[in-house]
Amino acid sequence: MAEPRPIDTQQSAPMARTVYKIERLSKTYARNSLVALQDVHLEIHKGEFVSVIGSSGCGKSTLLKIMAGLMPPTTGRVVLEGKPVVGPRPDIGMMFQQATLLPWKTTLENVLMPIELREGRAAAKAASDKAMDLLKLVGLGDFADVYPGELSGGMAQRASICRMLISDPAMLLLDEPFSALDELTRDFMNMELQRICLERGATAFLVTHSLAEAVILSDRILVMKARPGHVVEDITIDLPRPRTLDMINTTHFGEIVSHIRDLLGKEAHQ
Amino acid sequence: MTDATNPDQMDSGGDTVWVEHEAFIDRIPRWVAMTFLFVAIVGLWDLVTRMGWVSAIILPSPAETLEDLIFVGKNLLSGGYMLEALWTTTLTVLYGFLIAISIGFSLGVLVGETKFGERAVMPYLVAIDTMPKVAFAPLFIAWLGFDIGSKVALAAFIATFPIVVSTAAGLYAATENERMLFKSVGATRMQILLRLKLPTGLPYFFTGLKIASVGVMAGAITGEFLGGGSGFGALIRQSASQLDTPRVFSLILYLSLLGLTLFFIVVWLQRRFVFWNKSGGPGGMM
Repeated sequence: MAEPRPIDTQQSAPMARTVYKIERLSKTYARNSLVALQDVHLEIHKGEFVSVIGSSGCGKSTLLKIMAGLMPPTTGRVVLEGKPVVGPRPDIGMMFQQATLLPWKTTLENVLMPIELREGRAAAKAASDKAMDLLKLVGLGDFADVYPGELSGGMAQRASICRMLISDPAMLLLDEPFSALDELTRDFMNMELQRICLERGATAFLVTHSLAEAVILSDRILVMKARPGHVVEDITIDLPRPRTLDMINTTHFGEIVSHIRDLLGKEAHQ
Repeated sequence: MTDATNPDQMDSGGDTVWVEHEAFIDRIPRWVAMTFLFVAIVGLWDLVTRMGWVSAIILPSPAETLEDLIFVGKNLLSGGYMLEALWTTTLTVLYGFLIAISIGFSLGVLVGETKFGERAVMPYLVAIDTMPKVAFAPLFIAWLGFDIGSKVALAAFIATFPIVVSTAAGLYAATENERMLFKSVGATRMQILLRLKLPTGLPYFFTGLKIASVGVMAGAITGEFLGGGSGFGALIRQSASQLDTPRVFSLILYLSLLGLTLFFIVVWLQRRFVFWNKSGGPGGMM
């Protein structure tokens, strides 16, 4: 397992610039008048890594879709870099549980896909060097001209990290990105993700089911509960950066995990 | 207690030898198995005719059939009337196939891409698809006459439905996450259709084309049986009514070459356009 490169970064200062802001956000589905989200407030600062964890049906997927501009909220507002999010935006990068690479395009063409769709083939071609740099960043430099069918699950997800980063998004939205991978690959990918985020000073929002994953990656964890979907606690994780996998075995790590488990467990018994 | 000198209880340190038995059929090459089956069937056929168990009018001997096969082959090669008949049927099949592809693909996109198509058009298509489509042949003849038109219509009619269904199914094949990805990078509906849904659905579309390529042949020949004219179907019917069974056999054989050619053109196109999908399942190669 590769050690994450030691990087000279400060803990994101608590008063850093706000990148993403959610105010009084609620979502009620007209279809079944289900209240998926109620009164959610959230501020994400520059360089911060925030995770949301909760049982299925707690509204975290809905929250992510609204944050991505893929779904309108019922009330409230969502602001990224000072501009309200009213639809998909180039300064938002997304990653999903599946790598969702197009099998008829090479790895490089897949990475360039967002630019090709938005600005056309010529613009995509012009960004080839940048895409190659990104592929090298994740260790896929030799696989640029390979079709996704020949990539392993972990490699495919690394390619999709590049695709997410190609348009320099101000905000990364990660929807359980590594949950389909085996555990060893997943640990490795989480460390890679941390390295990339630290190197680029990226601001990220992660939806996950894994407590350990949330704790090892995040500066803050939002614990959500269902019916109606709301945030019960906003936990600051004070483990130093860069995090390493052996932190998982420390007492402090265990305390944080069991605290979250208690919060989630209460709901299960209600 | 272990007795160290007893060889039965000692691990000699050598590798354990596992004997793996391979089935007989796995060890012989495919062409040998195929040749064997061919020889067996022709041998049985020869035996049946030689012993006079079946009348020669019903089942001609392999030798007679081969002789006629060569005769028809020569006629075809020398550009005789049979070649003309084969050409008529080939044209019928090609026109029918092209019409079926254009109508089937358009309806498939309508059904697979629009709510109106899915809700309003699809039920009618399903209803028509369950009808025995050959029964429409007399109608087509009444509408389009005894020329090639009525045969093309029947061939196209039969071949359209598998293409509609497979095109529509292909458009549903892109996953929710893939569609979300395209939307998240700001793709328009047209871009999602052209750049995501259609390419994802290509393997399904080709599966439909293969089924249609079989159907279009059946439609063309049925049309020629019922509507006469100058195609191969008419020749077959003529020969059958003259109790010229060897001729019927050889005509069917040459006709199957036409069907096979069409089928393998589709397979070739699929390999060319769906190069990324070499496995089985919906969209597998065969």
